[in-house]
Amino acid sequence: MKVIEVLGPGCSNCQRVEANAREAVAMAGVAAEIRHVTDPREIVAHGILSTPGLIIDGTIRSYGRIPSAGDIATWLIE
Amino acid sequence: MTTLTVHRSRWPFWPTAAGAALAWLIGWFVNLPVANWLAYDVLRLKAGTHLGDAVAFFLYDVPKVLLLLLGIVTVVSFLRSYFPPERMRAALAGHGTLPATVGAAGFGVVTPFCSCSAVPLFIGFVEAGIPMGVTFAFLISSPMVNEVALVLLWGLFGPGIALLYMAAGLTVAIVGGLVLGRLGVERWVEPWVLEVRAGGGATSLDLRLSVEQRFRDAWTYTRDLVRKVLPYVLLGIGVGAFIHGFVPTDLVAQIGGRENPFAVPLVVAIAIPLYSNAAGTIPIVEALLGKGLPLGTTLAFMMAIVAISLPEFLILRRVIRARLIALFATVVVVGILAVGFLFNALGL
Repeated sequence: MKVIEVLGPGCSNCQRVEANAREAVAMAGVAAEIRHVTDPREIVAHGILSTPGLIIDGTIRSYGRIPSAGDIATWLIE
Repeated sequence: MTTLTVHRSRWPFWPTAAGAALAWLIGWFVNLPVANWLAYDVLRLKAGTHLGDAVAFFLYDVPKVLLLLLGIVTVVSFLRSYFPPERMRAALAGHGTLPATVGAAGFGVVTPFCSCSAVPLFIGFVEAGIPMGVTFAFLISSPMVNEVALVLLWGLFGPGIALLYMAAGLTVAIVGGLVLGRLGVERWVEPWVLEVRAGGGATSLDLRLSVEQRFRDAWTYTRDLVRKVLPYVLLGIGVGAFIHGFVPTDLVAQIGGRENPFAVPLVVAIAIPLYSNAAGTIPIVEALLGKGLPLGTTLAFMMAIVAISLPEFLILRRVIRARLIALFATVVVVGILAVGFLFNALGL
């Protein structure tokens, strides 16, 4: 079970990362739980200042950009 | 064995980029003859008439502004990807107030920033022990010396006005940041924000991206931006074309002229509700400047449009009290008025 965390206050960019993450989960065919982290203190605690951020199983994969579903799927099956 | 295909077939990167650059250049050079041909030969309008000039202006300006936005915003966003806020924070932490304030204003020009990140950025700066005035210098400079505004100014009025605008914007940001820093504004910051202060500097995240990946991101960003601002650009150029063709020069000079001391505050008041639609407003400004609106008044108008953003103030309300937001807005408005009056007084 993978844990995918999307970090951001809930603006349109964060929603796009979440949508891409859902697509990636289907693409990679893995079991995953998607969490949305909106508390700015928690976001900053990861060292991220530019949202949206993406963390998979505790590893920061991207921030300040919108990774494609293909990119996220690659990280999921690594 | 199962094969997983996660990558869709994509265009090969370098040939596509080279082809796009070539198409851009061709479009740039054929734009004027094509616009004139359409207006005066195809539509059979007469050169020198109000309608003919307005239509030719519109047909020339729409492709020009779109080409400028597409081309230069892509390149600028690519370059900006090398200066993320995380890197800026690491660079600013632990320096004196003056160098950090100047640095933050400078980073405002190159650091990619969207106002939805304003809260994490604010907290992250507090956490790293960066003085409050430095944060405000960045928050003033980032939207004001914004890449879209600079690109359009450069393309429409040349490097002189673009650089003057940038210098004026940086000065407002630096002076504004220093002034706010001296006012002890911490007391109007929400207490839970100050609790995160560790004061121990900051580490910078460092995820490396390939050049190709950065270009792809830049192109996606530009495409979305152009799609978003396109209606405003068309509207702005339409109004601009109308002013260009029909509004008498005397009228603009009379109302907005240098002799009218209320012109600068008036345009700033008009600009405040027009926040962030720089792309749509610059074509109007282009037409007004052509009709004799003084440069100081014009620059004040543009700065007020991009720098005073009510949505950003609402977002910042989560971390700072309304009184500090009002103070922040006042400092920015005073700075913009000063720029307008100064440039008009210098007779530029």
